Amino acid sequence: MSDKNKNSNKLGRRGFLKILGGTAVVSSAAFAGFKPKDKERGGIALGEVPKGKMTYRTTPTTGDKVSVLGYGFMRLPTIAGNSARENGGNEIDQEAVNALTDYALEHGVNYFDTSPAYCQGRSEGALGIALSRHPRDKYFVATKLSNFAPNTWSREASIEMYHNSLKELKVDYLDYMLLHAIGLGGMDALHGRYLDNGILDFLIEERKAGRIRNLGFSYHGDIKVFDYLLSMHDEVKWDFVQIQLNYLDWNYAKEVNPTNTNASYLYDELEKRGIPSVIMEPLLGGRLAKLPDYLMGKLKQQRRDNSIASWAFRYAGSFPGVLTVLSGMTYMEHLQDNIRTYAPLEPLSEKENDLLEETAKLMIEYPLVSCTGCQYCMPCPYGIDIPSIFLHYNRCVSENNFPQSSQDENYSRARRAFLVGYDRTVPKLRQADHCIGCDQCTHHCPQAIKIPAELERIDRYAESLKQGVI
Amino acid sequence: MLKKIRTISAIIFLALITLLFLDFTGTIHSWFGWMAKIQFFPSLLALNFGIITFLILITLLFGRIYCSVICPLGLFQDGVSKVASKRKKNRFFFSKAMTWLRYTVLGLFVIAFIGGFGSFVAFLEPYSAFGRIVSNIFAPVYQGVNNLLALLAERVDSYAFYEKEIWIRSVATFSVAAATLAGIVILAWRGGRTYCNTLCPVGTILGVISQFSYFKHRIDVAKCNSCGLCARNCKASCIDAKSHTIDYSRCVSCFNCIEKCRKEAIRYTPGIRQEKPELQTEPEKVMVSEEQVDSSRRKMLTIAGAVLATSAIKAQEKKVDGGLAFIEDKKIPKRQTALVPAGSQSIRNFTRQCTGCQLCVSACPNNVLRPSTGLVTFMQPEMSYERGYCRPECTKCSEVCPAGAITRVSVEDKSSTQIGHAVWIEKNCVVLTDGVSCGNCARHCPAGAIVMIEKDPDGFDSAKIPVVNTERCIGCGACENLCPARPFSAIYVEGHNMHRTV
Repeated sequence: MSDKNKNSNKLGRRGFLKILGGTAVVSSAAFAGFKPKDKERGGIALGEVPKGKMTYRTTPTTGDKVSVLGYGFMRLPTIAGNSARENGGNEIDQEAVNALTDYALEHGVNYFDTSPAYCQGRSEGALGIALSRHPRDKYFVATKLSNFAPNTWSREASIEMYHNSLKELKVDYLDYMLLHAIGLGGMDALHGRYLDNGILDFLIEERKAGRIRNLGFSYHGDIKVFDYLLSMHDEVKWDFVQIQLNYLDWNYAKEVNPTNTNASYLYDELEKRGIPSVIMEPLLGGRLAKLPDYLMGKLKQQRRDNSIASWAFRYAGSFPGVLTVLSGMTYMEHLQDNIRTYAPLEPLSEKENDLLEETAKLMIEYPLVSCTGCQYCMPCPYGIDIPSIFLHYNRCVSENNFPQSSQDENYSRARRAFLVGYDRTVPKLRQADHCIGCDQCTHHCPQAIKIPAELERIDRYAESLKQGVI
Repeated sequence: MLKKIRTISAIIFLALITLLFLDFTGTIHSWFGWMAKIQFFPSLLALNFGIITFLILITLLFGRIYCSVICPLGLFQDGVSKVASKRKKNRFFFSKAMTWLRYTVLGLFVIAFIGGFGSFVAFLEPYSAFGRIVSNIFAPVYQGVNNLLALLAERVDSYAFYEKEIWIRSVATFSVAAATLAGIVILAWRGGRTYCNTLCPVGTILGVISQFSYFKHRIDVAKCNSCGLCARNCKASCIDAKSHTIDYSRCVSCFNCIEKCRKEAIRYTPGIRQEKPELQTEPEKVMVSEEQVDSSRRKMLTIAGAVLATSAIKAQEKKVDGGLAFIEDKKIPKRQTALVPAGSQSIRNFTRQCTGCQLCVSACPNNVLRPSTGLVTFMQPEMSYERGYCRPECTKCSEVCPAGAITRVSVEDKSSTQIGHAVWIEKNCVVLTDGVSCGNCARHCPAGAIVMIEKDPDGFDSAKIPVVNTERCIGCGACENLCPARPFSAIYVEGHNMHRTV
C-alpha cells in the first residue's frame, strides 16, 4: 500500500465505488419515469393480441354462440419438444396444454375438438384436465366416436368408448358429438360402425336425453357415405357436419388426391340444407402455412404484416355457413397468430380470393405428397416412419432441394441437403427403402394417399441421387 | 537443416496417412491415397514393382529414410519418443544389434507369409499395425468430435457435417489394436526405435540394403571430441561414440545426431566406403501381449420376443394413432463360405494379399466390411449386410487397398462381378409368417435377379415368394439388408470361393 501522500490527489478504489454507486442511484431514479409507452416487449410491431374481439357464429338448432376459431386437440405439444421419434417421447406436456387452453379461453376461443384416437389416446385426458379448471358453461367440448378397429364395432364396445370419453373429458354432457371420419371404409364401415349395431340410434337417444347437445359427423373419403347420411337429414336432423375445406381443396381436391371431393361441393350441400359446417384442415396439415418461397412472396406483397397461415384461415372463415374453423395450435405463437386473424375476422376481398385461387393452381404443380401428419397410418408394423418421410420430401420440394438433373445450378448443395437431411429426419431403418408394400396403412389415410407407391417413388428418387444417376 | 526437412515431411506424411483411416467421407483418398500405396509391404504384396524399385533405390541412396518419412508406425514412434525426450533428455545409449532376433523374426514372417498365415503377417507388419491402431482407437474419437460438430451444424441449419454412427466392429481386433498401441508406445518411450530394429520385418529388409547406401552419416574423427551426445540422442541406438562407428543397418536417417553435434563432426555425405556392422547380442524383453478375446458378433442381444409380437400386430387392430414400432436388430447369418469384396478375385487371393491394415474397413461407407475374428483370417476384413449393403455405385474398398488384396475395379465391372448368391429361407419370410405381401428384395435388387412368383404352382394362392436367379445375382446384399424379417433375414448371401463375371 502506498502512503497517504501518494493517494491524496488520486481517486483510489473507495472513492471510485462511492461515485459509481451514487450515480447509479441518482440516474435510476431520474430515468424511472422514462419508460417506453408500449409495455409489450415482443410484438411491438403488431401490437397486443386482441382481447374481447373474437368473432362468433351461432348454431341454428341450439343457439350456441361459438367462436369462429376452434381449438383442435390432435397436435398437442410433447415434453420431448415434439420430436416424438421414440415411443417414450410422446408424453403430452400438460403444463403447456393448460397454459394454451387458459390463454385461448381468455381471448374468446370457446370450441375445443378432440377424439379418443388422437395423440395415441391421450388427447381427451389432456383436454379434460385443462378444461375442468374452468366453469362448465364457458366452453364447448366436441369429441367423436372413433370406433375404427373392427373389434370396437360391437354395440358394447362403442358404448364403452362413448362413456370413456365422458369420463376422460370430466363432463356429464357433450356439446358436440361426431361420427368420426365417415367415408373411410365406405358404406361397409358405416354399416358396421354405426348403423347395424344401432349406435347411431343410441346417439340420437343420448341427444334426446340432453347428454349430447349437437350431433354431427366428420367426413373423409367415399362421397357416397356423405350423400347417404345427408339424405337421412330429415330423420336425424344433423346439427352440424365437419368437412375438410381450404383454398386448395375448394376446387382441386382431386388433384391433391383422387378420392377426395371438392370442398365446394361439400359446403354447398350443407348450406343448401342449412347445416352449419365445422372446418378441419384449413391449412392442409400445415402445408398452406409453409408455401414455396415465391408463392409466399406474392402473398406477403399484399399484406406485409400478416402471416401466410392467416390467409388460409381468413379464407375458411369467410364462408358464412361456417360455424368454426379448427386449428391444431401446438405452440403459443400459432394461437396468438390465429387470434389476431379471427378477433375480429376480416373476410377476404374478391381480389384476395383470386390471388388464393392462383396460388392454389400453382401449388398443385408441385409434386408434393398431401400428407397432413395426422399419424392415422402409424405405427407401421415394420417400423417405417411414414409422416416424417413425407415431411422431409415435401420440405425439400418446397425449398428447392429437389434437383432433377446434375446440371441444375444448385445440384451439389441440394443433393446434400436432401440426403443428409433425410438421415437427420428419419433414422435409416425407418426410411422408405424398408417399406415392403404390405399396404396395411393405406386404408387408414384420410387423405387417401397411396402410401406404398409414394414411398417407393421417394425411395427411387433418393437412390438415383445416391447412385449419381441424376 | 536436414533434420528440419525430415521432420516437416514426416509430420505431413503422418497427418495425411492418419487421415486416410479417419476420413469416412472418402474425400482424402482421391488426393492422398497414394501414400498408402507406397508403403513397402503392401507394394510388395501388390507386386507393384515400380514402387518397390523406387523404395529400394532411395534406400540405396539415402539409407533408411523410408523409416523416418514414409512409414507411419515409425513416424508415430518418433512422436512418442519426442514427448519422452522432453521429460528426460539425451536418454538413448548405444546398444549392440540384436541380429539373431531380427533375422529370426524376418524368417518367421516369410514362412508365415508363404504358408498363408495372414494373421501373423498382418500382426507384425508396421503399416497395418498402424492402420489398426488408428481405425480402432482413434477413429471413434474422431467420429465423436464429428458428431458433435454435426449436432451444432444441424442447429444452424448447415449440412457441412453429418452424423457418422460410431461402431466398434470387433472386440478382438480392438484388443489387439490396443495391445499393439500399448506395446509400441512403451517400446518407443523406452528406446525410440526399438521395434524398428528388433521386430519390424520391413526394417530388417531395408537394413540389409541401407548398409550399402550412397549417402551415409560419417563421423569426422578429427573434429569429434567424443562427448557422446550423438549416441545419447540416437533413436536407433546405433552410434558407438567410442569407436566413432555407426551401424548403418539400424540407422533410420533421422538426422538427429547431425543436429545435436556441436562440433559439426557428423556429416551426411556421399561415398562408397563400406562399414561392417558388428554382430553382437544383447538380451532384451520383447513384449507385445496378445489377447484374443473370444467374442462373436452373435453376442448382439435381442430384446424380448414379446416386442416382436407387438410389432407384428396388424394395423387394423390398432385403436390409437401415432407412435413408432420397435425394430429389432438383425443377426448376422452363418455363411458356409465367407464373402470377400469385388476386386479380390478369390478368397485365396484375398487372404494371401491382405495385410489387415483396416484401410478398406475405414473407407467402406456402408458398414459392410469389418475385421474377421476367425483364427487364420484374423483382422482381415469380411463382409456382412446387416447394417448396409454393397451398393452398386461404390468401389471405395478397391480404390484404397494398397496391398492388391482388393484390386481396382470399375463400377461397370463390379456390377457384373458375382461375389456370392442370394439364398431364400422359407421359414423366415414375412409373406408366410405374417401373411402380408412383400417383395422388398425383388424391388431393390440392382441386378434384377429376384422375381416374385406365386407360391402355389396352380397359381390361385395369392401369396408371392421370391425366387433368385443365381446366374444374375451378384451377391450385393441389398435383399439381405432390406428384408423385413428380423432377427434372421429370410434371404441372405452365400459367398463364393472364386469370383466370376455374370
